[in-house]
Amino acid sequence: MRYFPLIWRNLLRRKVRTIFTVGSVFIALVLYSFLMVVQSAFTLGVDLAGVDRLVMMHRISLIQLLPIAYLQQIRATPGVVGAAHNTWFGGTYQDQANQFAIIAVDPGYFPIYPEARIPEDQLKNWMIDRQGAVVGRATADKYGWKIGDKIPIQGTIWTTKQGRTWYFNLDAIYDGDKGFDTTNFFFHYEYLDENRQGAYGMVGWYVVKIDDPVNAAAVASRLDSRFVNSPAETKTSTEKAFLQGFVNQIGNIKAIVIAILVAVLFTLFLLVLANTMAQAVRERTSELAVLKTLGYSNGLVLALVLGESMLLALVGGSLGLAVTWFAVSGGSFNNAFLPVFVMRYRDVVIGLLLCCLLGIVAGALPAAAAMRLRITDALRRT
Amino acid sequence: MPAWIGQTFTVAALSVRTIPQRLGSSAVAVVGIAGVVIVFIAVLSIGEGFRAALADAGSPGRAIVMRSGADSEMTSGLGGQEVDVIKQAPGLRRDHNRPTASSELYVLVDVNKRSTATPAMVPLRGVEQTALDVRDEVQIIEGRMLRFGTNEAVVGRSANRQFAGVDVGSTFKSGNLTIEIVGIFESRGSVTETEIWCDGRLIQGVYQRGNSFQSVLASLDSPASFDTFKDWLTSNPQLNVQVRRETDYYAAQSQMMTGLIRGIGYTIAFLMGIGAVFGAILTMYTAVATRTREIATLRALGFNTSSVLISVLTESVVLAALGGAIGGFAAYAAFNGYQTSTMNFQTFSQVAFAFAVTRTLLVQGLTYALVMGLVGGLMPAIRAARLPIASALREL
Repeated sequence: MRYFPLIWRNLLRRKVRTIFTVGSVFIALVLYSFLMVVQSAFTLGVDLAGVDRLVMMHRISLIQLLPIAYLQQIRATPGVVGAAHNTWFGGTYQDQANQFAIIAVDPGYFPIYPEARIPEDQLKNWMIDRQGAVVGRATADKYGWKIGDKIPIQGTIWTTKQGRTWYFNLDAIYDGDKGFDTTNFFFHYEYLDENRQGAYGMVGWYVVKIDDPVNAAAVASRLDSRFVNSPAETKTSTEKAFLQGFVNQIGNIKAIVIAILVAVLFTLFLLVLANTMAQAVRERTSELAVLKTLGYSNGLVLALVLGESMLLALVGGSLGLAVTWFAVSGGSFNNAFLPVFVMRYRDVVIGLLLCCLLGIVAGALPAAAAMRLRITDALRRT
Repeated sequence: MPAWIGQTFTVAALSVRTIPQRLGSSAVAVVGIAGVVIVFIAVLSIGEGFRAALADAGSPGRAIVMRSGADSEMTSGLGGQEVDVIKQAPGLRRDHNRPTASSELYVLVDVNKRSTATPAMVPLRGVEQTALDVRDEVQIIEGRMLRFGTNEAVVGRSANRQFAGVDVGSTFKSGNLTIEIVGIFESRGSVTETEIWCDGRLIQGVYQRGNSFQSVLASLDSPASFDTFKDWLTSNPQLNVQVRRETDYYAAQSQMMTGLIRGIGYTIAFLMGIGAVFGAILTMYTAVATRTREIATLRALGFNTSSVLISVLTESVVLAALGGAIGGFAAYAAFNGYQTSTMNFQTFSQVAFAFAVTRTLLVQGLTYALVMGLVGGLMPAIRAARLPIASALREL
C-alpha cells in the first residue's frame, strides 16, 4: 500500500488519457451489468423455483386442457401434500398493450406459494368473494389500483354470455421478496367456469407440493402413471424444469449474452486499457530506469505497472456496476414479458473479478516489458 | 479552387497517409468501432429476421377470420355453422364455384429441438383441401402433399430443420396424437414453414373439438375487395367475428418481440458507442500528440487552423469508416442467414427464422461508425488546431 501514492500520481499525469480509459472501462461494465440484468430477467424464475413443487401439464402441450377431476386423484397420491390447478386467462386491461399474466386458480393455490405475501384479512375477503382478484404489487401500482376497485378485463380466450368483458373486485394485493414476480393477477376458477362458454370443468395445469424434494422424480412418475392411457395424458416435472423449459424455448440467451460480452469486454476494456498501459510504460522508460537505479526490484516494477492497470480497471468497473445497481433498484421496468429487473450480488462479484482479471491481462505485456527493462539501455535511449 | 480547400486536402491526405506509423493506437479506434458495428448489426438482424419471417407469411390478397376478441388463432374458436356462413361472403374468390377459403385449426404440440433436445411448442395446423389453393406460395419440395382423411402430415422446411422427429417417413407420436410425415413444404422462408400441417378432422378428433374450427383463411377476389368481405361478415347477425388482412395479422404478431429486440439492441449499441468514442478520442489524442511537431511546422509554414482541424477529423472518420466496414462485413459473414428459432411471446408458439443482415442495417451500421468517428475526433481536432506554434515546435 505504501506505493499507492506513486501509482495514483502516475494516473494523474495524463488526466485526459486516464479519464477516457476509465470511461471506456466504465461503459464496458455498465454494459456487462445491463446484459446480466436482462439475462436474469429471463431466468430468474428458474432460480427462484420451489424445489418442493411439481408442475403437471398435458402431455401434448401446455395449451391442452386437463380435467378438473384430476385434482382429487393428485391429492390422494402418496408424497403429495398439496395441489392446486391453474388456468390461463388471456386478457387485456383497457388497451390491447396492457397485458399481464391473468390466472384462474383454486383456493389451494396460495398455501403452496408462501412467497406471495398477502395480509391475512385481505386473503380472507378474497376467499369469500367469487369475483375477487389477488393482484401483485407491481401491476396494482402500475395501473393505480386500490383494494376495493372494480376492474374490467377484456378476455381474449374466454367470453361470457354477455360479452368479452369480465369484472373483478380487487380484494388483495400480494408482495414478494426482491426478484419475485409481482405482476400476476389471480382470481377464482369457479367464477371463470360458471361464466365462460365451453370447456367446462377443464383446467390448464396443476401445481403440486410434495413432502420431500428428494422424492420429486418418484412422485412425478407416480402421478403421470395415474393418467396414462386416459384421454388427457400428463407430463409432470419439477417447477424448475418446467420454467427452464420455457427459457429453453426462447433460445440460447446465454450464448447470445456471452457473445456480446466478449465483444464488449475485448473492444472497450482490454484493447483500450492495454493500449493506455503500453503508452504509459513507453513514455516513462527513463523514469522506470531511474527507479531501478534507486533499487526498485524487477518484481516491484512489474507490480507497479500491474497495479496501475488494475486500479484503472477497478475504478472504471466499480463505477459502472454502481450505476446499473442504482438504475435497477430505482424501479422495475414492469415489462409484460420480463417482469423482474434485478441485479444479483453474484453478478456484481463476477464483475469485480472480471475487472481484476482483465486489468492484469491488459497490463501484462507492458508490465513485463517494464520488468525486463535494462537500466543502461533505457537511460541511453533519450 | 480557393487555396484553403487545397491546403485542407493536402494536410488531410498527410495525416491519413501517416496512419500506418501509429498502427497500435489506431487499432484501438478501428477495432472498437468495428466491435460496436458488429454487435449493433448482429442484434438488430435478429429482430429483422424475426419480423421478416412473420411479415412474409401474410399476403394482402388474403383475409383471416377469427372470433371477435381473439388475439391470435390460438385463442379463437368458430363453430362449423359459422364457418359455412363465412364461406358465402362476397369478395371471396371462387374457383369453379367453390370458395377459395380454408377453415383451419391451430394447436401446439411439444416437439424436441434438434440443437438442445429440449421440448418446444410447435404449431400444428389442421387444414382442409383448399389450403394449398388459398396459399399459392406454398410448394411441396420433398415427398408429397398429405392425403385427407388419413393421419398424414406435411412439415414446413424450417420446422424440419429445427425440430427432431419430423423427417419425411417418420411417425410423430405425442399422447393420443399420431401423425405420419409424408412431405416437406416451403413458403418463402416465412413463419408458415415453422408449422406442421395435417387434416383438420384429425385434430378435431384427437383434441375433442367436435365440428369447430379456429380460423378461416380466405383468398379475396382482389386486395381491394377486403372491405366488402369484412363489412358483410362483421354486420352479419349470425356471426361474432373479426376480419383482418393477413398482412396486418402477422405484422401485429411480431410487434412485441421486434420491439423488445430493437429496444435491447439500440441500448447496447448506444452504450457501446459511447465506449468506442472514448477509444477513438484516445487514439486521436495520441495521433495529435505524436504529430505535435509536424502540425506546428505546418502551421508555421502558413497552413491555417481549419485545415489542421479538418485533417484530424478526416483521420478519425477514415479510421471509423474502416472499422464500420470491417464490422459490417464481419457481421454479414458471420450472421446473415443464420437459422434459429424462438418462442413468440405473443402466441407462445415457436417461430423459426434466419438472422437478416439487410442493406438498411449495413447502412445504419456504417453511418453510426462515421458518427462515432466524427464525435471521437472532434476534441482532439480542436486541440490540434489550437496548438501554440512556438511551444509546440520546442517539444522534442
